[in-house]
Amino acid sequence: MEIKELLTQKIKDKLPDVQFTTVEFRSELSIIINKKDIVKLCLFLKDDPDLAFNFCEDVTAIDWARRNQRFTVVYHIFSMKNKFRLRLKCDVEEDDCKIDSVSSVWKTADWEERETYDMYGIHFNNHPDLRRMFMPEEFEFYPLRKDFPLMGIPGSLPLPKK
Amino acid sequence: MGLEAKLNQDSFFTTTIDAIAAWARKNSVWPMPMGISCCAIEMMAVGDPKYDIARFGSEVMRFTPRQCDLMIVAGTVTYKMAHVVKKIYDQMPDPKWVIAMGACTSSGGMYRSYNVVQGIDQFLPVDVYLAGCPPRPDNLLNALIMIQDKIGKSKARDFQDEPLTEYPIHIKN
Repeated sequence: MEIKELLTQKIKDKLPDVQFTTVEFRSELSIIINKKDIVKLCLFLKDDPDLAFNFCEDVTAIDWARRNQRFTVVYHIFSMKNKFRLRLKCDVEEDDCKIDSVSSVWKTADWEERETYDMYGIHFNNHPDLRRMFMPEEFEFYPLRKDFPLMGIPGSLPLPKK
Repeated sequence: MGLEAKLNQDSFFTTTIDAIAAWARKNSVWPMPMGISCCAIEMMAVGDPKYDIARFGSEVMRFTPRQCDLMIVAGTVTYKMAHVVKKIYDQMPDPKWVIAMGACTSSGGMYRSYNVVQGIDQFLPVDVYLAGCPPRPDNLLNALIMIQDKIGKSKARDFQDEPLTEYPIHIKN
């Protein structure tokens, strides 16, 4: 069986309560799920011996600006065994800007989630060390949000005195 | 050289302390290579035998700020890096000079963005701005010659009575 069919079949069999839809674009598979299921699904994808998604390549987000569910958190995971890359997507609202951390599943997600928090202001529950990564700790804004001006907010980043 | 002939004739010559100090100073400018991004590659090329900054007495790139006279800020200075650049500049002993090398350092360059300082003259006193992205090594030599001209015109009294306000020591009773 091909890996894509195996993947969807396995999730249906083993995790019957997880709602998901799949999108295939240019032979890349994306799975769209609810944010409450993210840790459960990730743990399954990693631990299942046939799937073995053992590498979390990237965690990032999309700001849709005017959409009802404003953010989408995107995970790119890779299975070295199957040489297959999978994309997971979860919608997050602006009012409840939180999602569970997958750093307990893949340790490398720790810094990737920190970067997403720094740039988009999405909080990751149960994250071991959710600090800013690129911007100074006292910075109040999130630069990759669509409402952040390109030239920044004057005076928000302190410069040393002349 | 005219100097040897002069010494053979009379064995002495008259000059001012200012002139001799400025002459010595300008021919031994020790740079602090503040190489932050791609301009640093051109700064390294200046040190190699083809361009050879040693011809101008500045081949001693010191990696401690305490032995430097000239800071070559070569690269994009972000707001986070600005504090580091300033800290290193503060550790350099007076008198000291600054070259803003390249478009990013002088004006933010192509990084017209929230995270890049739009010109290091917002927090450092810059002596020479150097155009180019990155500038050619000969251009950096030109900037060094301009700094040398500036040092050659300086007087000892220009550097006096600078209050030491950089790192005040607080003693609690």
